[in-house]
Amino acid sequence: MTADLWVFFGLAAVAIWSAACMLLSRNAVYSVLFLVLNFLTVAVFFLLLQAGFIALVQVTVYAGAIMVLFLFVIMLLGAERVETRPSLPWQGPVAAALVLLLFGLMALAFLLSPQSAATPPPATPVFGSPESVGEVLFDAYLLPFEVTSLLLLVAMVGAIILTRRERSREAR
Amino acid sequence: MNVPIGYLVALSGVLFGLGVLGVLARRNAIVMFMSVELMLNAANLALIAFARQWGRLDGQVFVFFIIGVAAAEVAVGLALIVAIFRTKHSIDVDDVSGLRG
Repeated sequence: MTADLWVFFGLAAVAIWSAACMLLSRNAVYSVLFLVLNFLTVAVFFLLLQAGFIALVQVTVYAGAIMVLFLFVIMLLGAERVETRPSLPWQGPVAAALVLLLFGLMALAFLLSPQSAATPPPATPVFGSPESVGEVLFDAYLLPFEVTSLLLLVAMVGAIILTRRERSREAR
Repeated sequence: MNVPIGYLVALSGVLFGLGVLGVLARRNAIVMFMSVELMLNAANLALIAFARQWGRLDGQVFVFFIIGVAAAEVAVGLALIVAIFRTKHSIDVDDVSGLRG
């Protein structure tokens, strides 16, 4: 077994363990922290797959900004532990059965597809650098990029409208 | 890192399945939402692996867009959760049953 495989299996174990702990922990704050660990592990995968720019975006935007937003809302609502009473006793077993079915289908699709044990060909050193990603982003994908900016603006306005208290109703 | 692409796709599938399990089995709306983020992240890992395999940057650009869309989704989704918490004083999805027949 080569060093690359050791690195892969070690990181994969951390990623799966943190995802499982995220699901199992009763406290939502711990869930957020485990998910941050998962995102950081996946960012290391991105770095090893020659996607340095995306790895940094993942760390700053996803593990940084988005998860801080989650933490902020959890602490704002004081909703760390609200899940106490199981009202649907069959929910857990049915969910586990459906996920096992999904895993079975994925394994079937995986085994039926042609597999090659070959490792990917060596990429050029500039592959995945900010310059090369920017060239593709602002050349072939310029319109989606601008649409994304519009989407973020709409989401920001929507979030403000949704959480705004109605002033006239409070005055009454 | 030189590992066969199938390993990374399998890891991505496992992470996606754990995300599905979270959405199906948990009832805390915030944890369900985090499970959706886990699924998006698993898809990102597969896209980056494919981009590395074929030596094209389109996969990395897709991941960039997915992160942008996820940011918008989180903003609106958390605003909805805050609005629901104000009226129901709970984020248990079983309590949001106002339209139940």
